[in-house]
Amino acid sequence: MFNKLKLLMRFMRGSGMTYAISIVAVLFMTVFGAVTPLVIKTTVDSIIGDEPLNLPSWTKNIMEQIGGLAFIRQNLWTVLILLVAITVLQGIFMYLKGKLSAVAAQESSKRVREKLYDHLMHLPFDYHVKAQTGDIVQRCTSDIETVQNFVSGQLIEALQIIMQVIVVMGIMISMSFKYTLISIVLIPIILVITIRFFINMMKIFLQTDEAEGIMSTALQENLTGVRVVKAFGAQNFEMEKFDEKNRNYKNLNLKIVELMADFWSGTDLLCMLQHALVLTIGTFWVVEGDITIGTLIAFSSYAGMLVWPLRSLGQMMGFMGQAFVSLGRIHEILDTKPEDYTEGRKDVPIHGEIVFDNVRFEYEPGKPILNGLSFKIEKGTTVAILGATGSGKSSLVHLLLRLYDYQGGHITIDGVELSQISREWIRKHVGIVLQEPFLFSRNIRENIRIGDASINDEDICRAAQTASIHDAILEFEKGYDTIVGERGVTLSGGQRQRVAIARTVAKDVPILIFDDSLSAVDTETDAQIRQALRERRKDTTTIIISHRITTLAEADKILVLDKGCIVESGSHEELIAKEGLYKKIWEIQSSLGEDLVEAMPAASV
Amino acid sequence: MHYEEQEYSKRLDLNTIKKLAVFAKPYKKGIITLIIQMVLLALVDAFFPKLNQYAIDHFAVKKTLDGFWIYCVFAVVLVVFQALNVRLMIHNAGTIENSIPYDIRKAAFKKLQELPLAYYDRTPVGWLMARLTSDVRRIGATLSWHVVDFFWSIFLVVLMTIFMLATNVGYALLVLSVVPLLVIISMIFQKKILHNYRKNRKYNSQITAGFNEGITGAKTIKSLGAEEHMLDEFKKVTTEMRNFTIRAATISSLYTPIIIFLGSIATGLVLWKGGIEVRGQITSYGTLVLFTSYAVQFFEPVKQFARVFTELQYTQASAERVVTLLETENDIVDSEDVIQLFGTMFESNREEWPKFKGDIEFKNVTFRYKEGGNILENFNLTIKAGEKIALVGETGSGKTTIVNLACRFYEPTEGQILIDGVDYRERPLLWLYSNIGYVLQEPHLFSGTVRENIAYGRQGATQEDIEAAAKIVNAHDFIVNLENGYDSEVGERGSRLSTGQKQLISFARAILSDPGMFVLDEATSSVDTETEHLIQDALNKALEGRTSFIIAHRLSTIRSADRILVIDKGRIIEEGTHKQLIKKKGHYYQLYTNQLIEEQEKAAFAQ
Repeated sequence: MFNKLKLLMRFMRGSGMTYAISIVAVLFMTVFGAVTPLVIKTTVDSIIGDEPLNLPSWTKNIMEQIGGLAFIRQNLWTVLILLVAITVLQGIFMYLKGKLSAVAAQESSKRVREKLYDHLMHLPFDYHVKAQTGDIVQRCTSDIETVQNFVSGQLIEALQIIMQVIVVMGIMISMSFKYTLISIVLIPIILVITIRFFINMMKIFLQTDEAEGIMSTALQENLTGVRVVKAFGAQNFEMEKFDEKNRNYKNLNLKIVELMADFWSGTDLLCMLQHALVLTIGTFWVVEGDITIGTLIAFSSYAGMLVWPLRSLGQMMGFMGQAFVSLGRIHEILDTKPEDYTEGRKDVPIHGEIVFDNVRFEYEPGKPILNGLSFKIEKGTTVAILGATGSGKSSLVHLLLRLYDYQGGHITIDGVELSQISREWIRKHVGIVLQEPFLFSRNIRENIRIGDASINDEDICRAAQTASIHDAILEFEKGYDTIVGERGVTLSGGQRQRVAIARTVAKDVPILIFDDSLSAVDTETDAQIRQALRERRKDTTTIIISHRITTLAEADKILVLDKGCIVESGSHEELIAKEGLYKKIWEIQSSLGEDLVEAMPAASV
Repeated sequence: MHYEEQEYSKRLDLNTIKKLAVFAKPYKKGIITLIIQMVLLALVDAFFPKLNQYAIDHFAVKKTLDGFWIYCVFAVVLVVFQALNVRLMIHNAGTIENSIPYDIRKAAFKKLQELPLAYYDRTPVGWLMARLTSDVRRIGATLSWHVVDFFWSIFLVVLMTIFMLATNVGYALLVLSVVPLLVIISMIFQKKILHNYRKNRKYNSQITAGFNEGITGAKTIKSLGAEEHMLDEFKKVTTEMRNFTIRAATISSLYTPIIIFLGSIATGLVLWKGGIEVRGQITSYGTLVLFTSYAVQFFEPVKQFARVFTELQYTQASAERVVTLLETENDIVDSEDVIQLFGTMFESNREEWPKFKGDIEFKNVTFRYKEGGNILENFNLTIKAGEKIALVGETGSGKTTIVNLACRFYEPTEGQILIDGVDYRERPLLWLYSNIGYVLQEPHLFSGTVRENIAYGRQGATQEDIEAAAKIVNAHDFIVNLENGYDSEVGERGSRLSTGQKQLISFARAILSDPGMFVLDEATSSVDTETEHLIQDALNKALEGRTSFIIAHRLSTIRSADRILVIDKGRIIEEGTHKQLIKKKGHYYQLYTNQLIEEQEKAAFAQ
């Protein structure tokens, strides 16, 4: 419990003052609200009736000042003014409470949302490789909402109820102790029933949520699999299946309805009985002469101010449970250790000489991916890497960006140990085009600018030209303003790749890596892009992972990777001079290529 | 059709009532009972202040307990009656609230099963999901709880007004003087509050989209070092959301203070006039108290009324959308004659079905989608029973359309398709569908066990049948090695299985249905060599003796076809066996060699 409260405090931290003021507003609002029945009582007893004033001396003094009871009796509009004045004050504080608690809760959740986003951005690469997107998104959205609603709504309301109970009971006791006891006699029972009810309901609510989830999954599967359903003529079967889930969901809801009906009517009965008790026993005591009519009237109001809010307090306890679960889920993310983004050297100029010396790396202990890898890439050269899936080529480039850290050996960039350079610095200077690039739901211009917000439109066009996508972009109706990504125009695989290349190229970095990212574009464009890259910046160190022999052949050096080791290395000429994997691939591709050329004239239409 | 969510349509009109009446019809009795219950509830609620008045005037002021015990009993009876009524009312409203959505979902689901594939091509699944979840829920809530609030508030206002006028016209007018203002303010505020709430949901979905993008794109963001940039963009959305929500909260926090202010004026007026008159013994204490209570009690029903009134506009939009779905016209249905002969889609008379041989003929078929030009024009193709046809061509060439037409997922715009010599429109849809075995490029499995997924091919299949089917397609071995064998859960859409495994299961499913015709949309996705062999072998067994259409990618599959059709822009540009086409050195030759490079390379790496 204490831990959970600490989490709640963490959520609210930063808006403490606003919360505090809104709580003060709640207090004043409650006090003014509780005064109104007192005014009515005094009016009924002492102004309309002839009971002696039973008020603190300072209020009596004020009344004497304006002319005493006699004056007020002559001018009953003063009561109207007083009532309205009190209500206006109550209203002002009520408004402040509503507004400030919303401000505080909104500020808190804004802060937590941004913190979560920032935190997620800085969690290690590995976390995102294994992440369950749906679950995380849910934690970031609906869980935050649950907590936010609790903080701005239910928590403040609960505080208000508690304050109201204290203030109202204080006033009641000052008027009549035994009448107060009668007025609250059923409340403990109501409270216990309510709290127990809502705690028990949590389970059934969860079950219902689950049943709804199962139903929507069945629906979604049916809709997305409509071809299969039709092709197997399984409509009847599907209808039965869906009906079962639909019915199950309905029945669970109907069960809740019955429980709710029992609960609300049962507690209604108790609450109304409490009211009746106040009325009848009050009337009895008025007749006996124990209390005044005004007291009876005031207690009737006060009973209402205790009974109904206290019943909703139980419901708040239910919400509180929910909010705590959500808080826990949010903090599970926040407590995951982020990678250290800024720590390390930032002063090292990066030119592009890369040396791997006996590098060892594994994702899981005991399953080495890179096994003592050593090679050297000279500054400004182009190195191509060939290897089968799982040979370690992608891991190799991930290491270079410090997306993962190597476990043994050394990687140096311009003579500086990579692990000593800050991640921020290295990622600023090494550009990579991933195998499956992700485009963001915004226009193409923004997509290209994403890696470096400082570049202008001219740079963007230049980058697009380098990536051979400029012309294609201009063909779109809206050119560079065309929205792409999930909610925009669907680009072909090759176009997506080229936008991603433009995006990375635009960063203008000394080290450029293509992680099999040229394979989705055709051979000709591939060559064009590489040519443009060479013209763009002569001293860039380029690493290209590819299967395409024409691409590989042009590199200054080719590394053939197998099971985390380099099995062949050298220039194209050197490699085709000896029997090996490279030569084999080269033969397959070139021989068939010739055949293809022969066949071309016949095929051209 | 457009799928922009229409928020709420124009103004409230009679149409809404008509549309809602459609859904309400089966629950007419329940809803009428509900209205009666609300009259009684409102009556007792309006009567409670009278109870106070009576106690003060008859006992407290007169200082007598004559008839006091009878009064107490009456009060308790009234309270118990009210509680019982509440119990029944919640039961009744809750039942309606949940039963109507159940019915609509059931009807809509049935409708969706009947609608042709064309409908799904132009309707996003998300749109359909929203109709069957949130819209349906809203309709249910309106026909139950909104009915409750609506009638309770109206009756309570009317009854309180009557009680007041009957007690004392002067005081009644004092209290009622603030009511028009109360109603106007409530209408304005409730409308604003609800609209803000809806708008808030939109901001919320933007936040969700932001997170979604940040998380799915995290790897890219990291590799670009774009964390700060993305965070800045995200902050724009959260800031907008916060500013809007605070504005909205400001408005809704103003509402109650204004309302209680009006209430206090009414109360003050009553006390003013009442004070003078009670001292002058013109009015009783009880009456004074009665009117101060009524002055405060007007607030809740007016607020509820204003809220429900606004909600109805949203319900109208929901009802319109759901009705649109339920009334969608279906253009691929069994004709009257077919239904006469064979029964409906859901109760087909299987004994009457003709035997399926598998001769298929496209006769001068022209086809176009509702919008756009012809995809096929005067297309002719004759396929003999048991023939294996491979369709080759680029994306968008029309291969899929040909298969969709053969399966009657679409019908020809002009011309005919004959199956076993008869136009397939003269046969029941279900007959054809039951005779198709369909294996998709990305196999679609349903959540459930492996067994359930295979059994999907034939309802009522025994364990032996299922295992036999699995053995034929080489799936048995891997299945028994799964944690729970045939009872292993496949996960949502088969997420716990590899692509290759999913394919084998979908083959088993197709085999079990023992179709007369086979459609295979072959996967390009890479599976490991061993699985590839298994799939190839399974495929050969599955296709044996069946007319089959293969949208092919693997060379071995293409080669083994009886006839290869190269499709371009809806026409057959080359046709023949593998050998014939290679000799021709045309399109097919080109496609084939490209493919060959890729496959050989893969083989080289695998060694």
